[in-house]
Amino acid sequence: MFDGELAQKGYALNRMCFSLNSAENRAALRCDEDGYCNRFGLSGPQRDAVRRRDVRAMLAAGGNIYYLVKLCGAIGMRQDTGTGESAKSTDEFYANVLAAGAH
Amino acid sequence: MARVVGCICTSHAPEIADAMTRGVQSEPHWAPFFSAYPPVRAWLEKIRPDAAVVFYNDHGLNFFLDNMPMFAIGAAVEYRHEDEGRGIPALGSYPGHPGLSWHIMESLVGEEFDPASCQKMLVDHAFAIPMRLLWPDSGLAPPPVVPIAINTVQHPLPSTRRCYKLGQAVGRAIESYSEDLKVAVIGTGGLSHQVEDTHASAVGRGFDQLCMRKLVDDPHALLHYSIEDLMETAGPEGVELILWIAARGAMTGAVRELHSHYQAPIGNRAAGLLVLEPVRGARAS
Repeated sequence: MFDGELAQKGYALNRMCFSLNSAENRAALRCDEDGYCNRFGLSGPQRDAVRRRDVRAMLAAGGNIYYLVKLCGAIGMRQDTGTGESAKSTDEFYANVLAAGAH
Repeated sequence: MARVVGCICTSHAPEIADAMTRGVQSEPHWAPFFSAYPPVRAWLEKIRPDAAVVFYNDHGLNFFLDNMPMFAIGAAVEYRHEDEGRGIPALGSYPGHPGLSWHIMESLVGEEFDPASCQKMLVDHAFAIPMRLLWPDSGLAPPPVVPIAINTVQHPLPSTRRCYKLGQAVGRAIESYSEDLKVAVIGTGGLSHQVEDTHASAVGRGFDQLCMRKLVDDPHALLHYSIEDLMETAGPEGVELILWIAARGAMTGAVRELHSHYQAPIGNRAAGLLVLEPVRGARAS
């Protein structure tokens, strides 16, 4: 349950996800993921979870599913940039979402 | 005086917008879902509501954890749907009804509810998809709206009982508004689902259908469910039932079911549609 404790713990990660409502920010994330995460002050475990596309770890680090789906959308949009790795990343992300089960 | 002419509870899954954008409404997976709406649109064309009060939940378009109201009432001239960062196409803008908004605000505070008021407010898919389903571009323009957002993101969430009471207070507010308006009340979201579960294993057909029956003639039976009960029985995001319960609360007298449709699964969830109208001259027990 996403209660006050998790909301405090996950604030930076969720704030980064919330910023991805903007197409400009999604482009910035795709362009320099490390730099983008640093801007939002993600904790070590949060940064690591994002790097590994590990949704279970994101949830454990205070991520909220309503905000994490925006990160999923941002990753999904790689398909439009023709980098070739996009579909795999998206599938992996969804597989992780599924594997994460209940939160 | 204004009066509530009906209550519409409907799902708001993002996949619905995707299906509309791709134009696949008549494909086998989607046809039963979309074919449930024309009778409701025909009813809306007949009664032509002058305003709609919409209970919905924001999924992180307008509200974030820095400012998270439990209840928030739109008091804007216009509400826009915008990019939510998850591939949902922009679903346009909707005229507001500030007069009714502020009257509801005054009336609710008079009844010891303390909602936030929002003169600027984006509305997400939970608001915009039902509006599109009920008033598509090809038909009548939607009436001016009053969006009422209920927190389903940050626990603690308001209880089923509190949301029902909120709905009742909104119903009384509408009926004490001096303009002669016909007002439709809409609740969006539900039924059982879990966003992170792509296999729809959280769908609880029996519980969903029980809820749809109880909403018609015994809504109080649903007020015994705690938020934790709902999460356990209907999946974590099944708590959106509180939005249907709030909308039902706004029907202050006896009701009859006009239309009902249930289908599961649609994407990773169950989809429901329930339309109630007041029984003229009768009062609720």
